Amino acid sequence: MADPMRIRAQAQGDKALVRVLMSHEMETGQRKDAAGKVIPAWHITEVAAALNGKPVLAAEWGPAVAKNPFLQFTLKGAKAGDKVAITWKDNHGDTRTDEATIS
Amino acid sequence: MTPTRIAALAAAAALAVGAAHAQAQKSATQSIEEYRAMLADGNPAELFEAKGEALWKQKRGPKNASLEQCDLGKGAGVVKGAFVELPRFFADTGKVQDLESRLVTCMATLQGFDAGAIAKTAFGKGEQANVTALATWVAAESKGLPFNLPQSHPQEKVAYEVGKRIFFLRGGTHDFACASCHGDDGKRIRLQDLPNLTKNPGDGVGFAAWPAYRVSNGQMWSMQLRLNDCFRQQRFPYPEFGSDALAALSTYLGVNAKGAKSAAPTIKR
Repeated sequence: MADPMRIRAQAQGDKALVRVLMSHEMETGQRKDAAGKVIPAWHITEVAAALNGKPVLAAEWGPAVAKNPFLQFTLKGAKAGDKVAITWKDNHGDTRTDEATIS
Repeated sequence: MTPTRIAALAAAAALAVGAAHAQAQKSATQSIEEYRAMLADGNPAELFEAKGEALWKQKRGPKNASLEQCDLGKGAGVVKGAFVELPRFFADTGKVQDLESRLVTCMATLQGFDAGAIAKTAFGKGEQANVTALATWVAAESKGLPFNLPQSHPQEKVAYEVGKRIFFLRGGTHDFACASCHGDDGKRIRLQDLPNLTKNPGDGVGFAAWPAYRVSNGQMWSMQLRLNDCFRQQRFPYPEFGSDALAALSTYLGVNAKGAKSAAPTIKR
């Protein structure tokens, strides 16, 4: 079970700023361990965001994204009290969804 | 260093170069500060904080108990303000303990974990990773509070004196001490400004900055790991986890930092 994300969502006028920190190793599949064996790739492949259940963002990620990724985006027409849900899926098939309320 | 972080760094560097043309006043240090400020907005230390808080409240271990009754020096279950008064003397163990070794004491007494086994575990592995997460959360609960280590117990005074001696002890293949780098103002290694740790180096600097997230290796570092790495640079053997030497050194640094406001957990290069 993956560790939780940290989601901060703040209303700014008619928009909302959403900042997400994800806890993930993001192993590229390019590195070798001390014994010289390739460490298999293990990274997030898909990220999706939903505003009150409606999809608003979909992203495809690969091995180039940093460990413990940070994602920031602006949502038009979002207001305080709305719910933002973020979901990621990795190449192990592991997935996690966390939700935050816009303040 | 992952590609994105490098890209961010390159962007920051490019910004810095542009700015340097505009005004030749800006030092490399200031540019690095700007880069850190950019990163601090999404400091992954927060992930470890959240994990630590969950671990504190979760029933775990052979005794299936939480850590909520753990006494970090201000009474059972009091977390806020505990970090800025550690290391301190604990009557139940009869020792001066820092935050991490105290957490292991609680994990042993309340939850039934094997303290010796945790002490032998490498940093970032198994239960040791949990200790770091717990320490990160406990430290975060005292963010902004001034350091105020107790020095009333004779053992606490001894710890300070011993820590001072370790700080100034030169040795190893390179014949240097903590004080060689951290004994004067204005010293630097490459682009790292080195705080003068013989006095209060300022709010959120030195002892008031750890635990911290290291961007360069994507690891959360507790104070004991930070000190261990200093010993590595001295080409000294590592002190054992929770050793009296580390508690003494932390006492020396913490007492010197009196009045400095804690910024932990911070973000480092």
